[in-house]
Amino acid sequence: MAKVHVTTTINGEPMEFLCEPDDTMLDALRGPLALTGSKEGCASGDCGACSITLDDRLVCSCLMLAVESEGHEIGTIEGMAQGEKLHPLQQKFLEMAALQCGICTSGMLVASDALLKKNPDPTEEEVRFWLAGNLCRCTGYDKIVRAVMETAAEMRAQ
Amino acid sequence: MNLVTNNKWIGQRTIRPDGMDKVTGRAQFAADTTMPGMIWGKVLRSPHPHARIRSIDTSKAEKLPGVKAVVTSKDIVDFPVEKGAVMLGIQDMRWMCRNVMARDKALFPGHPVAAVAATTEAIAAEACKLIEVDYEVLPWSIEIEDAIKPDAPILHEFNKFDGKPSNIVGRLEHKKGDIAEGFKKADVVIERTFTTRPVHQGYIEPHACLISVAPDGKTTIWSSSQGQFMVRAMTAYLTGIPQSDIRAIPAEIGGGFGGKTIVYLEPLATLLAKKSGRPVKMVMTREEVMRATGPTSGSKSTVKIGATKDGKIVAAHGTFYLQAGAFPGSPIRGAAGCSFTPYDIPNLLSEGFDVCSNRSKVAAYRAPGAPIGAYAVECVMDEVAEALKIDPLDFRARNAAKEGTKAAHGPTFPRIGYLETVEAVKNSPHYAAPLGDGNGKLRGRGVASGFWFNAGGESSAQVNITEDGNVVVTTGHPDIGGSRAGIANICAELLGIDYRRVSVIIGDTQTVGFSNLTGGSRVLFASSMVVTQSTEKIIQTLRERAAKIWEIDPEAVKWEQGAAHPVSPNAGQFEPLTLKELADKAPAMGGPIGAGVQLNTAGADGGFGTHVCDVEVDVDLGIARVIRYTAVQDVGRAIHPGYVEGQLQGGVAQGIGWALNEEYIYTKEGKVDNPGFLDYRMPVCSDLPMLDCIMVEIPNPKHPQGVKGVGEVPLVPVMAAVANAIYNAVGKRFYALPMSPPKVLEKLDEPTRQAAE
Ligand code: FES
Ligand code: FES
Repeated sequence: MAKVHVTTTINGEPMEFLCEPDDTMLDALRGPLALTGSKEGCASGDCGACSITLDDRLVCSCLMLAVESEGHEIGTIEGMAQGEKLHPLQQKFLEMAALQCGICTSGMLVASDALLKKNPDPTEEEVRFWLAGNLCRCTGYDKIVRAVMETAAEMRAQ
Repeated sequence: MNLVTNNKWIGQRTIRPDGMDKVTGRAQFAADTTMPGMIWGKVLRSPHPHARIRSIDTSKAEKLPGVKAVVTSKDIVDFPVEKGAVMLGIQDMRWMCRNVMARDKALFPGHPVAAVAATTEAIAAEACKLIEVDYEVLPWSIEIEDAIKPDAPILHEFNKFDGKPSNIVGRLEHKKGDIAEGFKKADVVIERTFTTRPVHQGYIEPHACLISVAPDGKTTIWSSSQGQFMVRAMTAYLTGIPQSDIRAIPAEIGGGFGGKTIVYLEPLATLLAKKSGRPVKMVMTREEVMRATGPTSGSKSTVKIGATKDGKIVAAHGTFYLQAGAFPGSPIRGAAGCSFTPYDIPNLLSEGFDVCSNRSKVAAYRAPGAPIGAYAVECVMDEVAEALKIDPLDFRARNAAKEGTKAAHGPTFPRIGYLETVEAVKNSPHYAAPLGDGNGKLRGRGVASGFWFNAGGESSAQVNITEDGNVVVTTGHPDIGGSRAGIANICAELLGIDYRRVSVIIGDTQTVGFSNLTGGSRVLFASSMVVTQSTEKIIQTLRERAAKIWEIDPEAVKWEQGAAHPVSPNAGQFEPLTLKELADKAPAMGGPIGAGVQLNTAGADGGFGTHVCDVEVDVDLGIARVIRYTAVQDVGRAIHPGYVEGQLQGGVAQGIGWALNEEYIYTKEGKVDNPGFLDYRMPVCSDLPMLDCIMVEIPNPKHPQGVKGVGEVPLVPVMAAVANAIYNAVGKRFYALPMSPPKVLEKLDEPTRQAAE
């Protein structure tokens, strides 16, 4: 199979890469693009560890073809902090111990960020349903939900 | 976060040293690692539950362009069955060598039969399809009842039980007093039989490794595991490469819960790398994880408890049959040894039976065996309490093990905190709160207790002072849930410096002394012991250095708040010397400052917990939901409360999954039918409520910081707490897990059906 040339934007930067026509976006990110912050837990859209944004919409990068990123804007965990400054969600996850092994953390953060952009004042139930596509086996979700709620409150206060 | 400034770090919710890497996506997990020239390995797996392998022809696969190496069982060191056990930790290499690659027989669907390395993953997968295996398909059994039938197909002919070939491959018992005499004294005796299904540890990161073997045999392994030393040793045993030639580098680990305490891929990737001369990467798919790793045992247990009218247990008998999977080694010790341990029972017999059947070899899962046993025991405890009309917590308190109680598995307890956990539940806001109105759904509340042994064992640490006066701690245990944070807290506390000046790293096998697995709730217990002793040695050196500078006796120097001080004015009037100042002067005053300690740590006393759970049952749909949960545990001393709570909450969430939904489902062909996260239904965020924790802190007197293991206990009582709550809600007892909607509905329908019959 001949490789396909893709031109896209990743975390605000113009990017080009080559991929197989049937490579997923996750394959491309973790392979030629060397952005390994997005993780593969299932490759079937059930764990959320590979969560990214496509034109600000939350998607599972394992369920999207790499060629579909042509001309679109991709956001990954690597683009969440601004230089030395962590995103408030990242900071809160650290402070509130909202991670244990950390394998789900990139996906959780990308998904939580997408939620707060859409809904800056979510209820606990809204957080829980929004994050229902992101499995975490370590934390029991308690600290994650609390961290998202608290970040939302702080961001609203600013 | 407001950082405390009084240099008291133990008990503070500090930011973990590896946290920044993990929230920014920088952390290197095993599958994130690549190497120049790297190729990909894939495994060909048996489609049959039980089959003799007559021959394997790999010639077509070898000829496929891009294929660089093929290995079969011929390439793996054999440990002949008849020559007796070759133990490595708790694993027998005779089974490990056959588990990583089937030898004469394939024993479960998913059992590896060959492995291929090729320039791309796709070519490797294609090559696997070209390997021709001639199988003689054999009859098989999956469930315990089938595997112990007299005419059951036998997995291992050499194994005899009662003089006959059998799938019962092990038995142990714990005994105290005389149960026949004991039951005679009982006013109430209740006996029930329970079954549980196999459940998977469910770590989100699939197994992965990258391995490079140089022509001289020097081997480097990057892999996800709960112990780089275990990886090194097992890979060495199975490939014949000396341990000294293997450097096992621990990648960050994406969950394990016991499931990453053995190797699956590493020996295969090493052999492929050796044969091909290229670095080989192997990553399992989720389906491979579900078919061929873990899970923990399914089980069948019978528990009988007898008590007198005044609520004293006089006798108990437990029989626990646990599935081992394809090879011996189910956690009968945890089931038989832990389940009755919260109680002081004068007459007790607790038996465990290890049963092989044609499913993947079980791996440890959080307090292996104990949750299975506790589910049975704690449900019967509830029934006995009810029959005696005693509050279930009072019944537990009345029979609680305490200091001086001799546990059936051996030890006589020192001061333990079990009773305190029962009392804490009793006094908790949760237990006092009314259940409330379920809005058409039925609500109920249940309690249960649990115990886990905890463990010590081998641990090594090296603490070095940097030239700029900061600290690097190296230990040998993978950090699976925040142990680096606990170690930084302790080291900073002892040295009296800001914890951010302490960097904690996990050393690889060739840079730090032997350290046993991260497992059994042992890591912070063991590693903080060696870190403490290393740090104390450093403090001693620092005092000597200051004494030398001041020209006084080292005894006249004390270490406080990060600096050396003269003990009293008579010792002389000197300005304190800080760690930084002493580091500056190190070259002139005796050289580098560092200390290492290696110990076989002892004194890890068991851990106890008591949980309370509220459920709401939708009787139309059969859905049971946990609506409130409080886990109470004696945690010894919480070095980092945030991560201690995290262990409690994580364990509870896993238990709720086990209680309500999770199970391996098999097809008629004996294959796992739900090998993915969609159908193997682990709890998601919207399935759970907030999970409250109460940490009872009764410091372990045998540990310098009072540490007790905390990671395993939280899973032990959960299934029973949920089952007891469901009983309280619907008035029916469940004797089988999971209590999933179809099973709940079936149970709720029972009386109607009986009436109709
Ligand atoms: S890897 Fe994409 S959802 Fe699991
Ligand atoms: S922190 Fe381990 S899976 Fe979420």
